[in-house]
Amino acid sequence: MSKLDSKIPKGPLADKWTNHKNEINLVNPANKRNIDVIMVGTGLAGGSAAATLAELGYNVKTFCYQDSPRRAHSIAAQGGINAAKNYQGDGDSNYRLFYDTVKGGDYRSREGNVYRLAEVSANIIDQCVAQGVPFAREYGGYLDNRSFGGVLVSRTFYAKGQTGQQLLLGAYSAMNRQINRGKITPYNRHEMLDLVIVDGKARGIIARDLVTGKIERHSAHAVVIASGGYGNAFFLSTNAMGSNATAAWKIHKRGAYFANPCYTQIHPTCIPVSGEHQSKLTLMSESLRNDGRIWVPKKKEDAIAIREGKKKAIDLSAEERDYYLERRYPSFGNLVPRDVASRAAKERCDAGFGVNKTGQAVFLDFATAIERYGKEQAAMHGNHNPSKEEVTKLGKEVIENKYGNLFQMYEKIVDENPYESPMMIYPAVHYTMGGIWVDYNLQSTIPGCYVTGEANFSDHGANRLGASALMQGLADGYFVLPYTIGDYLASDIKTGKIPTDSKEFDEAENKVREQLDMLINNKGTHSVDHFHKKLGHIMWNKCGMARNAKDLESAMTEIRALREEFWRDVKVPGEMNEMNAELEKAMRVADFLELGELFAKDALHRNESCGGHFREEYQTEEGEALRDDENFMYVAAWEYTGDPGKEVLHKEELEYENIEVKSRSYK
Amino acid sequence: MKLTLKIWRQKNANTKGELKTYPIDGIEGDMSFLEMLDVLNEGLINKGDEPVVFDHDCREGICGACSLQINGEPHGPDRLVTTCQLHMRMFNDGDTIVIEPFRAKAFPVIKDLVVDRSAFDRIQQAGGYISVNTSGNTIDANTIPINKHDADESFEAATCIGCGACVAACKNASAMLFTSAKVSQFALLPQGRIEATERVLNMVAQMDKEGFGNCTNTGACEIECPKGISLENIARMNREYLSASLKG
Repeated sequence: MSKLDSKIPKGPLADKWTNHKNEINLVNPANKRNIDVIMVGTGLAGGSAAATLAELGYNVKTFCYQDSPRRAHSIAAQGGINAAKNYQGDGDSNYRLFYDTVKGGDYRSREGNVYRLAEVSANIIDQCVAQGVPFAREYGGYLDNRSFGGVLVSRTFYAKGQTGQQLLLGAYSAMNRQINRGKITPYNRHEMLDLVIVDGKARGIIARDLVTGKIERHSAHAVVIASGGYGNAFFLSTNAMGSNATAAWKIHKRGAYFANPCYTQIHPTCIPVSGEHQSKLTLMSESLRNDGRIWVPKKKEDAIAIREGKKKAIDLSAEERDYYLERRYPSFGNLVPRDVASRAAKERCDAGFGVNKTGQAVFLDFATAIERYGKEQAAMHGNHNPSKEEVTKLGKEVIENKYGNLFQMYEKIVDENPYESPMMIYPAVHYTMGGIWVDYNLQSTIPGCYVTGEANFSDHGANRLGASALMQGLADGYFVLPYTIGDYLASDIKTGKIPTDSKEFDEAENKVREQLDMLINNKGTHSVDHFHKKLGHIMWNKCGMARNAKDLESAMTEIRALREEFWRDVKVPGEMNEMNAELEKAMRVADFLELGELFAKDALHRNESCGGHFREEYQTEEGEALRDDENFMYVAAWEYTGDPGKEVLHKEELEYENIEVKSRSYK
Repeated sequence: MKLTLKIWRQKNANTKGELKTYPIDGIEGDMSFLEMLDVLNEGLINKGDEPVVFDHDCREGICGACSLQINGEPHGPDRLVTTCQLHMRMFNDGDTIVIEPFRAKAFPVIKDLVVDRSAFDRIQQAGGYISVNTSGNTIDANTIPINKHDADESFEAATCIGCGACVAACKNASAMLFTSAKVSQFALLPQGRIEATERVLNMVAQMDKEGFGNCTNTGACEIECPKGISLENIARMNREYLSASLKG
């Protein structure tokens, strides 16, 4: 078993990053002009890195499957971005953000990486404001903050319910500036289908032009993968329809280890599934838990009456409601971390207290907040004896101002007014903490192949805290990768252009063509979606919020069988040399069908519960996750050896020198 | 619900397209418009026909990928929603629905319902940014206090998702609402004022170069905009443009 070198710099925690930056190699500006970098993915992690690398002088090519970098799925992030600014004076600091993140990740992330993340977080806000990102402000003109799950301070910066959009547009505008200068060449509507390795180093990619179907070769001195997570393996998730793991999976098959694939975040507040036709799930931001109270009826007969439409939520008095998060976790209440909130919802619904037609939903109720804000507003307007109607009206205005777009989205989808009756929500697959293993420099086990953002595994451990994905994406892209990649590229200043007519490019291109040909010529009987939905069912039922050895074993067998059936029986209409949406999907689902099996294998091997990974066999008497630090305090990095069910495990032991490892409690 | 769909089919940019009729059954009100098209496509694939290609991605109304001219209206009959958030409960059993791509000279059809909106990217590349390096060596964010009203207005302008409905709604295929939203976002912020003159001149020049039409103030763009971007932005851009031209 090889030892993975995380390359965490020596020295005290708070000095590691500064020392590292002082010691790594630099590339002089003139030489940067001779170096090419490929960036796959243009979300927060990819877009920000592309802009920064181009600004430093490197020649950057960006690739995204969307028609514009601005549409990458970072755009859908709603609630906010964390930063240890301590603008609220509520005791925040780099250490506290570091501490919250490590604890939130259930002590399964790297100390060095997480501290660096906290350290650069404040800078992200400065940068974004300078770029013109319109964050929410208070009346005095200063930036406003709110609170997110798993923390006791208000460190989340936001732009209503569209923070991701505004941050992505910021990164996109920085990209545009470099495109205008000719330093970034964007390849939109392009999909990376393989990595090319020359003499042991990542030197290029094979991509398909999704408009013409043409297969292209692109070379570079380094390749960065910033293509997001693999939540769509579950078919139904909050990811975009096109979100996929192909770039990450292809580099995995070329030698990059895949770490902790079973760490998946199931987000507690999503709009419940309404029927078989459902194509995706919609998130209702965690920020709603600042003001919304989660509950189910105390009595089963009330839950049944609500399910059958005989009673409504508002018919139940406060005494008849079970605010189960406030009951179980008094100190964090409705703002417990996502994994805890999701499991608690599942527990109540499994026990028969779920509230919509399917019994798979809980209430998220704003009535208390409407009343509280209404009274406050009335008092502010000099009305110290307001009527109930006045209070409700004023309170609703405050809620609308804070969460208007989310409430509108809910109403459009569910056809119910959430200002009048509580929202119904249920957990859904949202984010993947697992991903390609990278060292402190964000380099994978393939030299010259870097991985940033959700596509890597590095910062969130077994559970990610709210508003930390945007932070990590931008930290990696603006402030980490541009330094660390220089250390590697410093040895490439005399290499010259990488030719694309080599045997390595031939081999990779032929492999891609072979796979595409196979799919087009298969002429089977079922559509790609048919297989994708089946995979999703297996993943959700056996690798979802609660897992056990028996189910995971059968998931591995079933996914393998489904994969074989897919290759035998999938039907992809149309041709290769044209825009072909079914062919694109087929390539992505083929990869999910491999990744899914490794996912189950990883979950099966991890005989403990931690964060988003909950094994029914390992829980406390109160139903909380039970870690096994003695045997599982490591990163599981898997090496592909030709079969996803037979991957080889490599362990990176985790060491905690600056934080006391204890059992995670939000009570 | 039983519906009759008339859908624009076009093999590629170089061939002529036509409306084809597809009957469809079993559509429920809870389905989104795109889920209805998923059902249609699944049926077409099973029959051995080519599915209808359309742009879509996030399916939660924020990425701006989905388009579609539905019964003559960009994003269909509902207000303040994109096509992916349009639900079938807006339609009745027996309806005929005509589905076409967004129509504009600057948005050529790529295939079926997919159009090329890269002209929008090029307008932004011409100046839709603040020229600040991303090195992180900027001033502390709170040293630039911004009046809440201006910050909120800037945010409202910045909520544009770049879908192109404004262009598709306009009889002149003008991109004034889109361009003015971007100009406004920066014009309203002190950070953005520094380059305001060049920005508006460059972005408008690029807009004209792309072949978008002129604005004749019909206001159709504002009505069809899924994000409710206000016409005030166009007035603001006109002011910015005039004062920039006088300076220039």
